[in-house]
Amino acid sequence: METIPKPGSNVPPKKDRLQAKKKKPRRYWEQETTGTAAGASPGPPRKRKRNRELRPQKPKKNDTSKKFRISKKPRELKSPGPQRSLSGAQDPFAGPAPVSVEVVQKYCRIDKSKEVPHPKTKTRSRLVAAEAQEEETSVRAARSELLLAEEPGFLEGEDGEDTAKIRQADIVEAVDIASAAKHFDLNLRQFGPYRLNYSSTGRHLAFGGRRGHVAALDWVTKKLTCEINVMEAVRDVRFLHSEALLAVAQSRWLHVYDNQGIELHCVRRCDRVTRLEFLPFHFLLATASETGFLAYLDVSVGRIVAALNARAGRLSVMTQNPRNAVIHLGHSNGTVSLWSPAMKEPLAKILCHRGGVRAVAVDPTGTHMATSGLDHQLKLFDLRGTFQPLSARTLPQGAGHLAFSQRGLLAAGMGDVVNIWAGQGKASPPSLEQPYLTHRLSGHVHGLQFCPYEDVLGVGHTGGITSMLVPGAAEPNFDGLESNPYRSRKQRQEWEVKALLEKVPAELICLDPRALAEVDVISLEQAKKERAERLGYDPDATAPFQPKPKQKGRSSTASLVKRKRKVMDQEHRDKVRQSLEQQPQKQEKAKPTGARPSALDRFVR
Amino acid sequence: MKVKMLSRNPDHYVRETKLDLHRVPRNYDPTLHPFEVPREYIRALNATKLERVFAKPFLASLDGHRDGVNCLAKNPKSLATVLSGACDGEVKIWNLTRRKCIRTIQAHEGFVRGICTRFCGTSFFTVGDDKTVKQWKMDGPSCGEEEEPLHTILGKTVYTGIDHHWKEAVFATCGQQVDIWDEQRTNPICSMTWGYDSISSVKFNPIETFLLGSCASDRNIVLYDMRQATPLKKVILDMRTNTICWNPMEAFIFTAANEDYNLYTFDMRALDTPVMVHMDHVSAVLDVDYSPTGREFVSASFDKSIRIFPVDKSRSREVYHTKRMQHVICVKWTADSKYIMCGSDEMNIRLWKANASEKLGVLTSREKAATDYNQKLKEKFQYHPHIKRISRHRHLPKSIYSQIQEQRIMKEARRRKELNRIKHSKPGSVQMVSEKKKHIVAVVK
Repeated sequence: METIPKPGSNVPPKKDRLQAKKKKPRRYWEQETTGTAAGASPGPPRKRKRNRELRPQKPKKNDTSKKFRISKKPRELKSPGPQRSLSGAQDPFAGPAPVSVEVVQKYCRIDKSKEVPHPKTKTRSRLVAAEAQEEETSVRAARSELLLAEEPGFLEGEDGEDTAKIRQADIVEAVDIASAAKHFDLNLRQFGPYRLNYSSTGRHLAFGGRRGHVAALDWVTKKLTCEINVMEAVRDVRFLHSEALLAVAQSRWLHVYDNQGIELHCVRRCDRVTRLEFLPFHFLLATASETGFLAYLDVSVGRIVAALNARAGRLSVMTQNPRNAVIHLGHSNGTVSLWSPAMKEPLAKILCHRGGVRAVAVDPTGTHMATSGLDHQLKLFDLRGTFQPLSARTLPQGAGHLAFSQRGLLAAGMGDVVNIWAGQGKASPPSLEQPYLTHRLSGHVHGLQFCPYEDVLGVGHTGGITSMLVPGAAEPNFDGLESNPYRSRKQRQEWEVKALLEKVPAELICLDPRALAEVDVISLEQAKKERAERLGYDPDATAPFQPKPKQKGRSSTASLVKRKRKVMDQEHRDKVRQSLEQQPQKQEKAKPTGARPSALDRFVR
Repeated sequence: MKVKMLSRNPDHYVRETKLDLHRVPRNYDPTLHPFEVPREYIRALNATKLERVFAKPFLASLDGHRDGVNCLAKNPKSLATVLSGACDGEVKIWNLTRRKCIRTIQAHEGFVRGICTRFCGTSFFTVGDDKTVKQWKMDGPSCGEEEEPLHTILGKTVYTGIDHHWKEAVFATCGQQVDIWDEQRTNPICSMTWGYDSISSVKFNPIETFLLGSCASDRNIVLYDMRQATPLKKVILDMRTNTICWNPMEAFIFTAANEDYNLYTFDMRALDTPVMVHMDHVSAVLDVDYSPTGREFVSASFDKSIRIFPVDKSRSREVYHTKRMQHVICVKWTADSKYIMCGSDEMNIRLWKANASEKLGVLTSREKAATDYNQKLKEKFQYHPHIKRISRHRHLPKSIYSQIQEQRIMKEARRRKELNRIKHSKPGSVQMVSEKKKHIVAVVK
């Protein structure tokens, strides 16, 4: 057993304590007068060295100039030199806390690959200043991660043990009571397969059975808020911006109920809706209908913002990209189309499967899309620009339902089995090799959703509702101003007002949500051109080189001409060099990409 | 098997009693805050709209003069005290917090042409049409005493302006020449002239305190150094300059209010090209005064409006007008940089906020933080067309609005003619002259 240090003393490391034994006790005012003060205490510097070794070292591999700059920042923030306190003791953790480069990268918002073309000096200096500021804020934000209170959950098998073999019952037995209570089954065999939806805070759960049973409950306390039978087939249920409003897609029209089960609206403009999706920041309810229309209903004013004809028959597969609020629709011809209410045509169409698309899911960072099709394939796509498949896997049954968790776990419902795959980290795609967890249910899966901010997967099936425990699924630290599971009614009302005030208009939905903060280069160039046309000359054009007259006698006309010639030639050479550098790239592009040369290649230009 | 489930203790997230503040844990992870940019944009848009809603700049009108207000002066030691001189020779001292006149002096016969306070704030000087320079005590006479000037200097010619040195007991007057006076003497220390002309205003440089600038009615601006008896240099413009004002933070910079509706900011070291031409007024600019920060200045014009210009922008950021305000003759920016005063023809002095939508009074820390945040957002999205349009929108009286349209047409016609001239003459023989160089006739040293 270690001895408990006395509550006044500053737990000095062993070396220090040894030296302190040898030294005569000194008062703080004596230190300045004795000449040997600096030499007599070799302890602190050595200790400092040790401290530096203790700190997490940055990986040397990616020690580029940029990272160097970041790592330099905290060093600048440090107080100059080893500062001594009055008591002579030294701060064992001098300077600001170290931060790792990867974490800083997460908070960095400036894309340095995009540059403003030919900025003027003033603009350039402002850009440099903004970049420096941005770097500092990202370092500070990264450092504030220290304050996060909760750690994510995990599930690890002992060596050789496959986590997929671990049953729910084992997990329930192993975890604490509060977590064990999160696993439950609702046996509702009477009203047929259930769809379910968690509210954005993860506190409330709504579910609707095919045969008209709709209920909402606070699933943590298991308190039922309302339970009704709408006496009509229920296709889908979805909470609106808060748990007080519930949209239900019934066989004929779309209905909105409040948290007591009272019908508030019956939206007849949206008929025969199959799937619902709510965009919380735009206050839009996207509905996909049997008639093939994708309609956006603005729930704050009750107006249909856009009704888009997908021209692909019955729509029954829909999901939203949480990063940019683009709606993904899966079609029976194997394509997934991306929609925004501002456009009549899809933003993109991705051919994903040979058969029809059965399910689509997009992860919360908006980088990966998982699709499953009638061809029994499960595919992962990269949504950043190219829409290329990353990995694929053939499943024996094919997945009918897919869902991503906040930390990037992918759940797939296949018949009465739920499989969950996990990746390396938060932003990495799940590896489809080995499932992380599997679970067999009492009925066929009809709806899947991970509960936000809780390690729970809700599964609606023919036998009712099952709440599964999935350790490590959810984001452990919520942001109190964004969505707070513990918020009071008053807080919710205040949040509602704030959220309505900053409702994003539907026209701003596009593939890149940061596009609004970037320099509009195209219209900038256009404006420049128009200005030059209007003025009759280009005010920004650089004047042609005019050699300055040199000292007396040295600026003959011949030498002036020579100097002018020299500059002109240099400019010309630069231009030629640039064009030469660009040419080979063009040629490479022109080459046919196919492996086998075709006879028709000769006609390719 | 090792397993850990996410399990939060509600006690860590819920406040203990109703008297506590709510606990709000934060996590700045960007994935938890999607649509950062569009939401900020909407916030900026809302802030811009609110700014326009709350833009109520007019604070008070100080009435009491019986003729047009001809000159204004600030008290360097008291924010609340303002002095004004009228066209009937009356000088009034105002208390701004009470918005009342606290003292009235019949200082001169005829106009009070100029008024300035001593740097210590204990006395002030006036010049009038009666060819006198008078020094007055700032405090009123005690009971039973008569209102009398401390000193009176009788001059030979009419004085049209006066300014006091910022650090020493020296002041300068202008009329037919620029005179430098010692406060103790009745004769000027030196008189400086450059040609024969009437000089309309003279101003001491607040940083390089020996430098003076003056503007005369033969269209030139002359700079002097008090330490030598001759003028330094002058610049001749297209039209007459009414007054100049030195930048209080940058020693070399001054701004001239010109009759040709423009203001010119000059660098003293290079007078041949103004640093910036400020265009927006539609009539002669009569007065100009810098904000104590040196980043902005306010100008008063014959077109019955005052405008606020950033130093580095050619267009004004703000225009103030009322139905009753006539030709504005003098304007001052108060020393706390929050208010603007203007004196106009119709005998009133008006008090304005320098920042039209600013909330006056003590702000709570949350209010302060909110305004700062909104300010930054507005700055970030200021170039977006929708926000730009809202923040630039100002209501203008019909006279000014139609004048602007008319002058735009005239300017367009002139430019077209210039372009045609270039097009139809020998290439290179006619050059396009930039707006900055157009109005400068010559620089003489």
